[in-house]
Amino acid sequence: MQIGPDEIERIALGAAFLGTGGGGDPFVGKLLALDAVDRYGPVELIQPEDVPDDGLVIPSAMMGAPTVMVEKIPNGSEGMHALNSLQSRLGKKAFAISPIEEGGINSQIPIAVAANLGLPLIDCDGMGRAFPELQMVTFTLYGIAAAPMVMADEKGNTLQMDTIDNLWTERIARSVTVQMGGSSLIAIYPMEGRRLKESCVRGSVTLAMQVGEIIAEARTHGSNPAEQVMERMKSVVIFKGKATDILRRTTAGFAKGEATFDGLDEFSGKSLKVRFQNENLVATMDGRPVAMVPDLISVLDLESGLPITTEGLRYGNRALVLGTPCDSKWRTPNGVKLVGPRYFGYDFDYVPVEELARSS
Amino acid sequence: MILDQANELVGAEKVDTTSDVSTGIDNALTAVLSNSRVERKNVAAVMFGTTHCTNAIVERKNLARVGLLRIGKPATTGIRPLYSLPKDLRAAIGDTWEVIHGGNEFDGREIWPLDEEEARRAAERFRKEGVEAAAVSAVFSPVSAAHEMRAGEILAEVLGKDVQITLSHEIASIGLLERENATALNAALVKVANTAFDGFVRSVKTSGLDKASIFLTQNDGTLMNVAYAKKYPVKTIASGPTNSMRGAAFLTGLTDGIIIDIGGTTTLVGAVVKGFPRESSVAVEIGGARTNFRMPDLLAVSCGGGTVVTMEGDQVRVGPQSVGFRIAKESVAWGGKVLTTTDVSLGLGKAKVDDPSCDPERVKKLLSEDILKKALDTIVSIVEDSVDRVKTSAQPVPVVLVGGGGIIIPPEYYPRFRGAQRVDRPPHFQYANAMGAAIAQASGEVDKIFELEKSSREEVLQRAKDLAVADAVKAGADPGSVEIVEVEEIPLSYLPGVAIRVRAKAVGRLKI
Repeated sequence: MQIGPDEIERIALGAAFLGTGGGGDPFVGKLLALDAVDRYGPVELIQPEDVPDDGLVIPSAMMGAPTVMVEKIPNGSEGMHALNSLQSRLGKKAFAISPIEEGGINSQIPIAVAANLGLPLIDCDGMGRAFPELQMVTFTLYGIAAAPMVMADEKGNTLQMDTIDNLWTERIARSVTVQMGGSSLIAIYPMEGRRLKESCVRGSVTLAMQVGEIIAEARTHGSNPAEQVMERMKSVVIFKGKATDILRRTTAGFAKGEATFDGLDEFSGKSLKVRFQNENLVATMDGRPVAMVPDLISVLDLESGLPITTEGLRYGNRALVLGTPCDSKWRTPNGVKLVGPRYFGYDFDYVPVEELARSS
Repeated sequence: MILDQANELVGAEKVDTTSDVSTGIDNALTAVLSNSRVERKNVAAVMFGTTHCTNAIVERKNLARVGLLRIGKPATTGIRPLYSLPKDLRAAIGDTWEVIHGGNEFDGREIWPLDEEEARRAAERFRKEGVEAAAVSAVFSPVSAAHEMRAGEILAEVLGKDVQITLSHEIASIGLLERENATALNAALVKVANTAFDGFVRSVKTSGLDKASIFLTQNDGTLMNVAYAKKYPVKTIASGPTNSMRGAAFLTGLTDGIIIDIGGTTTLVGAVVKGFPRESSVAVEIGGARTNFRMPDLLAVSCGGGTVVTMEGDQVRVGPQSVGFRIAKESVAWGGKVLTTTDVSLGLGKAKVDDPSCDPERVKKLLSEDILKKALDTIVSIVEDSVDRVKTSAQPVPVVLVGGGGIIIPPEYYPRFRGAQRVDRPPHFQYANAMGAAIAQASGEVDKIFELEKSSREEVLQRAKDLAVADAVKAGADPGSVEIVEVEEIPLSYLPGVAIRVRAKAVGRLKI
């Protein structure tokens, strides 16, 4: 399958859903990908099985503040520089590019990089959603090291990094990103095909595309895509309500906060709180958790069915709040330890969203 | 409309527009001056609200050929300048651009020193290709504008004084592509603006209002003088709805609340905060171009006075179709075939229209009272819902109802309007728009990213406020009257707390 302009538009729409409120606005990413396929031709999308066991896979992503990315737009070759530098360090050419985060802007960056290098893109990622930190990928669960990794800026600076673990990679890379002007392109988690096949979240790119297609289709007919999106994602309705209060504060570079919704229709009289750190993390109804990381919590506009970001959420928004089961790799003890509620500072254990829905 | 020094209404007239604008203006001025018996020499200021610029962009007409210089290499070349504009708009302004080295980081450091040689070469090319206006956008110019300003000087040297130059940091804030689009649109509007605004000045002078200063309204509800408006014509876009909202608020003495402006096809709902329309915080499209230019935050719903009401069995559907200004031909009460929202109010005897050709009996014959009541409830609840969407808190708020389509909400619904403390329909509501233009003040604003490493948050906020006040004074405000009406901090996510974005706005009385 080829990824051209139409596919890019759809992936961007679907990635906004998978971004679970964060992940950055895919708008700039989309234009980068569009401009890249315009110049270098469409990108071939392959399955993990198509990668030879000893073939080198290099995931590609953007790191830093989306606010910087919308101003200091990449020149389009940073990702290629990072990749080339990592290839020469490893003494091996990459067989294909993999996305690391299919939610938000990082659904688009690997498309642009793959187009630029003439490499295929693998239909998978390391999250099946968006998460705020580098170590929060299923690759970590399989003992795959983020390093050696390379960071590149638009000036031509590249930095190779060797670290003792993936958490240190995140810490050091985050402060280098600030020096590089607030955003950087990274080539990270280099691995062989066999490692990718066991550790990745499969079908993420086509999933984003399918969700995007449902949304795009609904838009042209003026209908609401929510029901079909739910069916495709196996989501459950957590709440239907109106945003009545939104608190935001910034701590250590993250926009944290909570949104309160007052129930409508069958939820009237009830109240839902969604806590977020760039992405939506935990939803509690009248004090009781009803959905939590690593499951996906999505806030959709009740009327249009379009995803609302944590930044765009305002008082008065009428919303359908959905809980979507995360990839099964996250539902292991190590997965829950890495990205479960306790990692983000919540004092309760992970319970899958569909179990919570059944018990209520 | 004429106001005295205390902003009391002295006289008002409405006349139809004419194909040449100046005749219409002359007619209006003559009518209002003679009816109110105001002596021409006593008129101190004349304020205009105009849709010339909006129309030019929407219709892609009379736009100038623009040369756009982006300063951002080695960054930014992954997306070409003007690439996100609709193709026909890009064709209308010429798709002439260059990207050169320079620009800044979010914390004010240089990405690259400005390459003045490249700027000069770009300017030469623009000159050869005969651009009629130029636009300059540099990465993070809202943080540091030095590169834009220097490049602007170089362009001016090469292109000469007849080619007007727009610098992006004077137009909009963070978001390079959106700011660049808004800057290019501003440049594209200079021809239209020069012709139209010179026409206003001529009309005022030939009407004998020699002593009057002339102002144009901006879309934030404040005024700019003619020289400023020619420089920033894009600021007139969407000033119409803004004027209506400001005027409506003023007519009722309201400073904080919700304004409903019911027109023929659309109802616009917006919030006023301290007398000014709340600004939209998301990207807005102007003629299909995505920009981050400040715009009033308005909710438009397809429920105006001419909106079509259909019955499907027991279900009432309102809109989105509308007969608009053809209401006096097509709607049932006037003998037409289409049931409109206005028919519903008329048929229930809850509204009257002073027009012999309008007969509410026609509606009554067609539909039972029960169905009409149901339709009315639906219409009212659509408008109630839109008010609720625009509110920023659950508290009931004062609501003002203006616009010619306002009869679709009968007065008996005012006291029980959901979410409203009270509903006012002020006298002279039909002049709300002109009123908003006449009472306007001068404003200044700042929207920048500030570093937090060397200064405290308090120092940064103070600096932002000082900049906004200085800008208001530059725009013509009386220094003693300037006050800060809005300060907003926006954190930069995914980065440790090294910088913060601050928006501040100051407003003051006009110095006439």
